[in-house]
Amino acid sequence: MTSTPDKPSQPAASDAVVIQNLCRHYHMGEALIRAVDGVSFQVAAGDFVALLGASGSGKSSLLNLMAGLDRPTSGEVVVQGRDLAQLSRPELATHRLRTVGMVFQSFNLIPSMTLMENVELPMRFAEVDRGKRNDLAREALARVGLTARMNHRPSELSGGEQQRASLARALINRPQVLLADEPTGNLDSRNGTEIMNFIREFNQTLGMTIIMVTHERGLAERYARRMIFLADGKITGDELTGPAPAASTTLGEPR
Amino acid sequence: MKLYDLSELALRNLRESVLRNSLTTIGISVGVASLVAMVSLGIGLQQLASRRLQSSGLFDTVMVSSRRDLRGFGREDERNGPAPAESPALDEPARQAIEHLPNVAEAYPDIRFITELRYQDKPHLTTVAGLPASSKNMDAFDGMQGSFFSSDTAPEAILQKAFAEELLGRTHEADDNVNVADVAKPLLGQELVMRYAQRESSPPTGEAAAGPARASGGQASSGQAPSEPASSQQAAAYSVVSRQQTLKIVGVSDLDPESMRGPARARVFIPLKLAQNLHVMQPSDLRDTALAPGSQPAYTNVSVRVQSPRYVQNVEDAVKKMGFNAFSLIDASRNVRQFFVVLDIFLGIFGSLALAVASIGIVNTLVMAVLERRREIGIMKAIGAGDADVRKLFFAEAGVMGIAGGCVGVLLGWTIGQVINFGANIWIRKQHLPPEQIWSTPWWLVVLSILFSALVSLLSGLYPAARAARLDPVQALRYE
Repeated sequence: MTSTPDKPSQPAASDAVVIQNLCRHYHMGEALIRAVDGVSFQVAAGDFVALLGASGSGKSSLLNLMAGLDRPTSGEVVVQGRDLAQLSRPELATHRLRTVGMVFQSFNLIPSMTLMENVELPMRFAEVDRGKRNDLAREALARVGLTARMNHRPSELSGGEQQRASLARALINRPQVLLADEPTGNLDSRNGTEIMNFIREFNQTLGMTIIMVTHERGLAERYARRMIFLADGKITGDELTGPAPAASTTLGEPR
Repeated sequence: MKLYDLSELALRNLRESVLRNSLTTIGISVGVASLVAMVSLGIGLQQLASRRLQSSGLFDTVMVSSRRDLRGFGREDERNGPAPAESPALDEPARQAIEHLPNVAEAYPDIRFITELRYQDKPHLTTVAGLPASSKNMDAFDGMQGSFFSSDTAPEAILQKAFAEELLGRTHEADDNVNVADVAKPLLGQELVMRYAQRESSPPTGEAAAGPARASGGQASSGQAPSEPASSQQAAAYSVVSRQQTLKIVGVSDLDPESMRGPARARVFIPLKLAQNLHVMQPSDLRDTALAPGSQPAYTNVSVRVQSPRYVQNVEDAVKKMGFNAFSLIDASRNVRQFFVVLDIFLGIFGSLALAVASIGIVNTLVMAVLERRREIGIMKAIGAGDADVRKLFFAEAGVMGIAGGCVGVLLGWTIGQVINFGANIWIRKQHLPPEQIWSTPWWLVVLSILFSALVSLLSGLYPAARAARLDPVQALRYE
């Protein structure tokens, strides 16, 4: 189901993400920037993909397009069966709320809220019952080992703890796809490893599809099953790091 | 997002920059306070004026006269309604019928006559009027010396101060220079002898023809017209008898006989029942005899006191339907009310100016908040907040500031009114006048002000909220 640069496969129904000839151009003054320029690939459900490239290669732009934070100039970006280019603004918000979860390099927790409140916030937008929210948020924080810290504000925590909290927040509405933008970029190697282990755990036990942007090839090789290389908005390489993500290898595979 | 979550998030966001938001809210409070204070002043003045007008007895009274009396109250009265000759007589049954109309408190005949009063054997000619017991509470008697009549039939009199001066043999001075207490002291408790012509009914049949001959007393005369044989068949006869009545002076009033205040154009007042029982010959008696003679004496005018000025128009219409002329000063009070509506609008506009300035403060605060919280808005959008959620959140913040500012403002405005009222009353008391409530804040003004404040704040939040909602999350997240 994974594609290789030499032999692109046809999109399959089991793909979590299907990208077809995707372009995202924008103007910066006189210059036309081709951040994403004719990209096509598919990601199978339950796969763990790393997007690699130098800064400015377009990997973050690509991630934003899959997240529904940005709209393509042309082409298709289908996530869990829906073409984001065709969705209205409210539908895109629902996509971000329920289909994908996001983790950022700079954590992006809201500084005025405690960890508990930060994790609870997506449930407010999803209009989850007030009675259930507390338990769910507590559970999510327990999963990333932050039970003791849940009433602290982000500024009182280490980077690793903040990123763990943001992982808990990304998971709270049970999305099928986790989009991670340099999740270890601001962390030392010990904390980075911890975060990557959590992400791998989500991939394996929850069957979440992971798409991670990084510029560290070593990290990608260690955790991802597939690496897509980008340069100047185009795919320059697509390789597997290990055995193909056969459904038999993990428990909790979706479907 | 649910309303509870919205308000909770809005409140916590407002708490985050508590100084700035408090200052903005105080701005709204001042705006609302000025609005409340201004409109309260307008309403208070209006109530003060209408209280004064009501106690003057002018605006709850309808004057009724018979159409037989050719002097109508206006052209319209002369053109509409039955012809004078066919209209009913304004006699005792008519008075009772009027008194039984809905919302009528009382209907009393207007009895006044010119007669001679002797004080210490010196004659004085003046107008005497009957006064109903209900007029005791009129503010015309505010400055009265002595007391009101002990009963409705007591042989007692209240003098107007100018007449009191005349009795004392003083020359009349300008009204304001006369001290009522001064002239009252030697007169209270003294006796007056009133001489008057009594109308005495005779049996209607047989002796009718003898009417003219039955003159008793020196001043007697007959009203019977011998040239009308047809009507003289049913006509009642009466004689005019000279009588006298001793009256005790119980009060001297301050009111001015020329003023428009109530039935004050006479100079001596006696209890109404007493006046009626005297059966003093009225000028209208002669005319009635000519038109349609009856056994009942007719009244020149009947004053109808209505329970509330609100009903005056209804009563006036009902009386007109009965075939009488009716007149009230409600038209004049309509103009007064119109004036106060205009005054209220102007005060409201001036009061709202401060609120308009405050609303710019809200716009400013929220635009600043949008800029400051760009990244936060980006985060919220990234984790699934829709444009509508973000817009509602800023709306809620504006609304909370508006309602809080409205509540504080109403309290502030009310306090300002009370303080100025208190100060004004200190001054009023120094002028030896009764204290007045100049400021009045009715509950509907409180509710409307808070709603208005919330509305203005929400309108001010419109632009900042739209700006926040439109924010591009990719750029917002890049913003540090």
